[in-house]
Parts: sequence; C-alpha cells; structure tokens
Amino acid sequence: MEKLFSHPSSLRDVVTHYCPGCGHGIVHRLIAEVVDELEIREKVVAIAPVGCAVIAYDYWDFDCAEAAHGRAMAVATGIKRVRPETVVFTYQGDGDLAAIGTSETIHAANRGENITGIFVNNAVYGMTGGQMAPTTLIGQKTATTPHGREINLPGMHGYPLKISEMLAQLAAVRYVERVALFSPPEVNKAKKAIRLAFQNQIDNLGFSLIEVLSPCPTYWGMPPKKALDWTREVMAKEFTLGRIK
Amino acid sequence: MAKININRDKCKGCLICISFCPKGIIVLDENLNRKGIKPVKVKENEECLGCAMCAVMCPDCCIEVYK
Repeated sequence: MEKLFSHPSSLRDVVTHYCPGCGHGIVHRLIAEVVDELEIREKVVAIAPVGCAVIAYDYWDFDCAEAAHGRAMAVATGIKRVRPETVVFTYQGDGDLAAIGTSETIHAANRGENITGIFVNNAVYGMTGGQMAPTTLIGQKTATTPHGREINLPGMHGYPLKISEMLAQLAAVRYVERVALFSPPEVNKAKKAIRLAFQNQIDNLGFSLIEVLSPCPTYWGMPPKKALDWTREVMAKEFTLGRIK
Repeated sequence: MAKININRDKCKGCLICISFCPKGIIVLDENLNRKGIKPVKVKENEECLGCAMCAVMCPDCCIEVYK
C-alpha cells in the first residue's frame, strides 16, 4: 500500500497553537509542500509576522526570521538584497500586512523587490481578540464593532481595504492572486498559486503576492465548517477570487 | 483498497474532515485524546476511496492516506 498523502517534511510534526478549524494550519502545510516540491528547503527564508502566526518558525523546518509588527516586507527586502541566492517570503495576516505594515508593503511592491508575500486574510485581528481589521466586511460584528462595521455615522469605519487590487496597479508587481480554502479544489488552487509565486521569485521575475481568504471560527463566532461556508458565501463575494494581475 | 490513519493526539476536533468525506466513514470519537479533546476516528476503513479530501482540508495535518 503506497502512501498517498502525509506530512510534508518541511513542516515539523508538532501540535500548533492555532484554534480548531483555523486556516493558518492549511496555509502552513501548503507552503511546506511547495518548498519540498521545489527542493528549496536549504535556501528558503520565511519572515514570520506579528499576529496569530507569530511563532510560525516553530512549525516550519527551514530558516525563519521574525519581523516587528508590519515590517516583514522590509526585513524580507534586506535579506533578499544581501543574500540574493535565497528564496525569501513573508507570511502576514491582514492586521500586519494591510494595517500597520501598509507602507512597507506598498513600497516593497512598488520597488519590485524579488520576494513573495503570502497574505492570510481572515478579516479580523485574531491574536489580540477579534477586533476590526481594515479587511473586516461591512456589517461584520467584531469585538470593536459590536453592531457591525458601519460605513456611515455614527461609526464610519470605512470600507474593506482591498490591498491586492491596490498592489496590482503598481507597474513593478509581477503577480497577484486571491485564493480561498473553503473546499479541496480551492485548496489545490491555493497551492498552485503559492507555487507559481515561489517559481516567479526563483526565475527573478519580481514581486508576487498571494492573498488567502482564511477562516477564523473563533472570532467569527461560528463552528469551523460554517466558517468555511461563510468564506465562500460572504467573504468571496466582497473579495473576488482569481488572478488579479 | 485505500485507508487513512488519523493521529488522534494531534486532532483538535474541528470536524472539517467529517463534512468533506464523501463516504461518511469519519466519525467523532467519544474517548478523549491526550489534550482532553474529542478527536475523530475512522468507522470503516474498507469503504475508504483514498480521495484524500479529508487530508487536504485538515488544518492540523493529522491524516495520512494510503492507497
């Protein structure tokens, strides 16, 4: 009997601290599988964010660095420029990449740095208790928007920030795609997109960003399967899936 | 002939695999695992198709598929 599916060797065999049903586990595994398939384990450098994935370096069995909140793209730029032979990617959430790190993200993309960004969008700040993030959907209830995100007075919380569409407008950006995790075919598409983003970097083609719509059952207040369905039915309507650039 | 192995001590009981198994052979285990969580177990391995949908969706990488 042949082994069809098992643990990728770049992923440590440990129990993660993520909540049951969290999408981070799937994205970690996809990245580890891509690193194994491209045989770049000895030259890949991951930049961990601040957020739920802050101790991602305990889960991947390759080189990792930890950046200050939002500064993963700046750290990745430095590592890639000093060691151009490495394959550098950042792993960031929406609070990290789209809020405090907006400036670093936009300027790294605008310079066309030859790095890969994996952007895990779950529409809330998971680590700090489910507060509203820039990507929170209109009407979505979070710890800081108990009546839902409002676009008019009295709240005026603004609209969901579509960072992928923003970056796609920049001339130096090579590849931007938005994927999701709500079904096995979508997970396979996500893996393909991550693989292409790494391949672009290996081929020196420039900046790539993959946005992954990921469930956060705990702070959406739903069971894990319902959170996956919510990603498909509500989140994917606001954040359109597919290749943006 | 296919079968799956579930690492019951890594399972966090999110039950996503149960909803994606086309044969419905994964069920909730009433016995707690080492973390004090009710994990999932395989009811009838003979029915397994080896489609790996459970393993692809498992956020904690606890399922191995053999075919």
